[in-house]
Amino acid sequence: MTLLTILFDGVAYGMLLFVLACGLAVTLGLMNFVNLAHGAFAMVGGYVCAVLVNRSGLPFFAALPIAFLASAAIGAVAERTLYRHLYARSHLDQVLFTIGLVFMSVTACDYFMGSSQVFIQLPAYLQGQIDIFGLNVGRYRLMIIVICGLLTIALQMILSKTRFGSRLRAAVDDPRAASGLGINVPQVFALTFAFGCGLAGMGGALGAEILGLDPYFPLKFMIYFLIVVTVGGSSSITGPFLASLLLGIGDVAGKYYVPKLGAFVIYTMMIVILIWRPNGLFGRTSAR
Amino acid sequence: MMLSAVAGIVLGAATAAQAQETVKIGLIVPMTGGQASTGQQINNAIKLYMQKNGDTVAGKKIEIILRDDATLPDNTKRMAQELIVNEKVNVIAGFGVTPSALAAAPLATQAKVPQIVMAAGTSIITERSPYIARTSFTLAQSSTIIGDWAAKNGIKKVATLTSDYAPGNDALAFFREHFTAGGGQIVEEVKVPLANPDFAPFLQRMKDSKPDAVFVFVPAGQGGNFMKQYAERGLDKSGIKVIGPGDVMDDDLLNGMGDAALGAVTAHIYSAAHPSPMNKEFVAAYKKAYGTRPGFMAVGGYDGIHLIYEALKKTGGKADGDSLIAAMKGMAWESPRGPISIDPETRDIVQNVYVREVKKVDGELYNVEFATFEAVKDAGKTKK
Repeated sequence: MTLLTILFDGVAYGMLLFVLACGLAVTLGLMNFVNLAHGAFAMVGGYVCAVLVNRSGLPFFAALPIAFLASAAIGAVAERTLYRHLYARSHLDQVLFTIGLVFMSVTACDYFMGSSQVFIQLPAYLQGQIDIFGLNVGRYRLMIIVICGLLTIALQMILSKTRFGSRLRAAVDDPRAASGLGINVPQVFALTFAFGCGLAGMGGALGAEILGLDPYFPLKFMIYFLIVVTVGGSSSITGPFLASLLLGIGDVAGKYYVPKLGAFVIYTMMIVILIWRPNGLFGRTSAR
Repeated sequence: MMLSAVAGIVLGAATAAQAQETVKIGLIVPMTGGQASTGQQINNAIKLYMQKNGDTVAGKKIEIILRDDATLPDNTKRMAQELIVNEKVNVIAGFGVTPSALAAAPLATQAKVPQIVMAAGTSIITERSPYIARTSFTLAQSSTIIGDWAAKNGIKKVATLTSDYAPGNDALAFFREHFTAGGGQIVEEVKVPLANPDFAPFLQRMKDSKPDAVFVFVPAGQGGNFMKQYAERGLDKSGIKVIGPGDVMDDDLLNGMGDAALGAVTAHIYSAAHPSPMNKEFVAAYKKAYGTRPGFMAVGGYDGIHLIYEALKKTGGKADGDSLIAAMKGMAWESPRGPISIDPETRDIVQNVYVREVKKVDGELYNVEFATFEAVKDAGKTKK
C-alpha cells in the first residue's frame, strides 16, 4: 500500500514537473533558445492565480486559465520586444540575458508582492485525502494528475496533428525554406513562445500548493526544469514527459526510502542517465 | 601660518565635539532576499521605538545607518568594516542569520564596538566576542522547553523533521536530549534538505512510523508549506500532533497556513497574542504603522534598540564600547514578550519561554500561550 502511495505521489510530482518544464522543452528544444527565465513566467502564473483567488475571491478553476493567459501575454510581449533580438545570438548571450531577467523578476516580485511565501486558498473539495480502494489519495495531487494528463495529450495532438504543429516543425527545421513556403516564421515562433510561457504560468499556479510560492521561485526551480529537459532530451514532448515521470517517482521514492540521501537521488539519476545517453533519453544525436 | 594652524585645531575640535553629539548605530540586516522579512521587522520595530521614545538619549542624538546584507555573511563583514572604519559607528546591530553574526564578531572585538545580535539564534554566537550581546533568543531555549513539556504531557513517541543546517541540528539535538531524558522515545529522525520543494515523501514516512507527535523545525519561510502538506496527508486526522520550537508558527505566516495549523503546540519567546498590556500596546502600534502584526524578529529589534538606549542612559552618554557593554551586562527590563535580562556572564538573553497552542481568536490564528517557563538561560552555555 505504501508503495502505491509513493507511486501516486511520484506521478503527481512528475506531472507537475512536466507542465512546469515542457514550455522550456519547446523553446530550448524546438526553437533552440536557452531561456533560463522560464521559471519567472511560472512565478507570474502562480502570483496571478494567488491574487485572483485570495483577493478577488475567484474560484480556483476559473483562475487557472487566467494564469495561463496572463503568463502567455507577458511571454508574447517579452518575445516581441526582447527575446526576438537574441535568436541569432550565441547560447552564452542567451544565458546571460535570461539569467539577468531572472534576477530582475525576483527583485520586481519582491518589491510588488513582498518576500513572504504566498498560499493560494484552495476550495475545501481539493483539500485532504480520499479513499480509493483502501488507498489514501491526496485530492489536490489527483487533480494535478488529471489536468496535467489532459494537457499532455492536448499538447501532443497540437504538435503532431494540427496545421500549426506542422508549421512549427517546418519553421524550426528550416526557417528559410519555411518562410519561402509562406509560413510567417516570426509569428509562429512568437505564438509558440507565448504558449510555452502560458504553460509555465499554469504550472506555477498548480504548483504553488506543493512547491510554495515566493519571489525566489524562478531561481529555486531552475535546476529542476533543466534536469527534466536534459534528461528527457529536447527534441520531442514525449521525452521530457517520460523523464518528468521517472524523476518525479525517483525523487519521491528516494526521499521516502533513503531520506538521508533523499535530495541527491534526482541528481544521481540525472548523471546516470546522461552517462548512458548523453543527449537525453529521447534526444537526437545532433539537433542541428 | 600660525593662524591657519590654530584655525585647524579649532575646526578639528569643533567637528570632534559635533561627532560627540551623535551616537551612530550601524544596522546590518537582510532587507532583500529570502530572509527579508527578518530585516524589515527589525527595522520597523526600531523606527517604532524611536518614534515613541524620541531620537535623543542622555544628550546624544541617535542615528541609525541601515545596510542590507541580503543574508550573505561576506556582505555583512564588509559592511561592518565600512561602518566601523568610515562611518565611525558606536554600535553595530542586526544580524539576520548565524553566519552573518559570526562574520562580524572579530571586527567587534578588534574595534571594541558593541555588537547587538537581534535575530540570529545559535548558541555559540555570544562566545565569539566579548563585545556581543543578544536580544533575540537561542534555539536551545525553545527546543529544550518543548522537549520537557512533551515528555511530561503524555507524548511518548515522536518523529522529528528538521532542516539540515546548523539551527536545525541545534534544535534537534537539544530537543532529543531533553525529550529522551524525560522518558520519551524518538521513533524516526528525518533531516530534510534546506531547499526542499516537496515534503510529501518525508511526511509519509512520519505517518508510517505512527508517532504521537511530529517535532518540526524548518526555516521560518517554509513552515506554511509544511503545515499544508501535513494536513493534506491526513496526519492531523490520524491524531499526530505538531510540536516544535516556535519558528515554524511565526506570526508572520500563521494566518496563511489556514486551519491546518490549529492545535500545533510550540515553545517560543514571543507571540503577538502575549496578554500583557505592554504587548497589546506594541502590537496595536505596529499594526497601525505597518499594517501587519509583529513577529518575534520585531521584538528582537525592539529590545535591541532599548538595550542601547538604556546603556547610554546608564553611562551618561559615554559611547565607547567598553562602557556600553559593561552597562548592558545584567540589565533587566520589561519587554513586549515579558520580563527579560542580559546575563552578565554570557551577555546572552535570559527570558521566559512560553508553551503555546495555535487557536482561532476573532477569526484569526494566534499562538495562545498556556504555560510559562521563567527566566530561561541558553542551555548551550549552562551545560558547561
